[in-house]
Amino acid sequence: MDIVVEGIKHAFILLLTLDREVLGITWLSLKISGSATFLSMFIGVSVGTAVALNQFPGRRFVVSLINTGMGLPPVVVGLFVTISLWRHGPLGFLEILYTPTAIVIAQTVIATPIVMGISLAAIQHLPANLKLQILALGATRLQMVWMLVKEARLPLLAAVMAGFGGVISEVGASIMVGGNIKGYSRVLTTATVMETGKGNFDIAMALSIILLLLAFTINAILTHIQQRERPR
Amino acid sequence: MKKSQRASNGLWIALLCLFMLSPGLSAARPAQRNIILSTTTSTQDSGLLDVLIPIFEKKTGYFVKTIAVGSGQAMAMGQKGEADVLLVHSPAAEKKFIAEGYGVNRRIIMHNDFVIVGPPSDRAGIKGVKSAAEAFKKIAAANVIFMSRGDNSGTHAKEKVIWKAAGITPGGQKWHQETGLGMGQTLAVAAEKKTYTLADRGTYLALKKNLGLDILTEGDAILLNIYHVIEVNPLKWPRVNAAGAKAFADFMVSKQTQKIIETFGVEKFGSPLFFPDAGKKEEALGK
Repeated sequence: MDIVVEGIKHAFILLLTLDREVLGITWLSLKISGSATFLSMFIGVSVGTAVALNQFPGRRFVVSLINTGMGLPPVVVGLFVTISLWRHGPLGFLEILYTPTAIVIAQTVIATPIVMGISLAAIQHLPANLKLQILALGATRLQMVWMLVKEARLPLLAAVMAGFGGVISEVGASIMVGGNIKGYSRVLTTATVMETGKGNFDIAMALSIILLLLAFTINAILTHIQQRERPR
Repeated sequence: MKKSQRASNGLWIALLCLFMLSPGLSAARPAQRNIILSTTTSTQDSGLLDVLIPIFEKKTGYFVKTIAVGSGQAMAMGQKGEADVLLVHSPAAEKKFIAEGYGVNRRIIMHNDFVIVGPPSDRAGIKGVKSAAEAFKKIAAANVIFMSRGDNSGTHAKEKVIWKAAGITPGGQKWHQETGLGMGQTLAVAAEKKTYTLADRGTYLALKKNLGLDILTEGDAILLNIYHVIEVNPLKWPRVNAAGAKAFADFMVSKQTQKIIETFGVEKFGSPLFFPDAGKKEEALGK
């Protein structure tokens, strides 16, 4: 247990002395996972809402697909993204393998189904009459969708938090598509794996604690927004 | 209504800010600036590359993307043209790699050695045994667990060479377990389970303080661990950064770099982790 105490001590020393490498890694983790969450929120909420509000043949199959996607293993995503981004692969001309952009792409693929699945359930869970009432009041279809999304604000923000939680903590895809390059594509999780491999358990523990603090801070902010008193 | 609008606006602005700060999207460097160096984990885990690469980058203006994997995977990447230059330690596989035309200009960089480590209780009684093959025979005979990397790394390749020399086929045996992990993690597993394993001296020295494993067999010529640099053949893969690969390989054999390798680790571990060998013949080592 000494290692935990050492780790906590180390984490605070690194943070208080504003260790440039650790701050850089932390900032990069936040930027990458923040961007991925943002992109997945766009795609996830819109597609999730569309599927929730429409009836079409094969709908159940699509919903099953989305729900399965919520459990996509990051390493599988990492492998597929790596193969696609290889120089001699289908998207090789982009030349973005082993860059932060590649990590954003992989993490977006991981987070999108999570956000989509929860959004779908959230919108579908709204009373069916609500939709009719809004339309009866003379709203256009777009206004109706917007009102429903606002009505489901609580679970939708939960969806975003779940998506963020999924990607900030993920290591399999980040290490494969990012390459854990020092000062460039090294994020908190990949740095933790590397330091563990090096036997620097105290630094690994310190990085883990910083990761937990970061996740907590972001979720606290989102929770604050989510739990504001709803005016009615 | 107003308040909730403000709340959602706030959220949008916050997320938009995050997105605008998103990295990489604008950081497209010219392709020739990037060099993908595919290397074994030991060069990274020992910290050697953290010292060498900044010097190289400063000197030449190249940007090196170090991908630390096992030697087997490193060569697989080279074979597909997904790496420009390799720094590996699996001589037999390297020779095959060159013979098949995937790489050119294989040059020797440095060496250190492998050691057979195990718990101080040493149930197989290999302490002080000079021959590695003899030690492996004793481990097999004593039916005590040997923890193998099992990942096609240079260390794993060396382990197989020693088993062969001992005339033993370890595959499928109960006492032969594979972790499929890197050197550091395999050492940690071996330490936790109090088993034997083969490790490169550099990684062992770097982790020693947490392990409780002792060096039991060392010094046999078969345990020599030689690192070579190989440039991926640009004729096979036109997208390979041949100029960058050559610049890096030249840098690795340069006098200045060899000097740094010679003294690297002395301060921290009391002895060097690697011995520079540029220009020497592979066959002349260990004699």
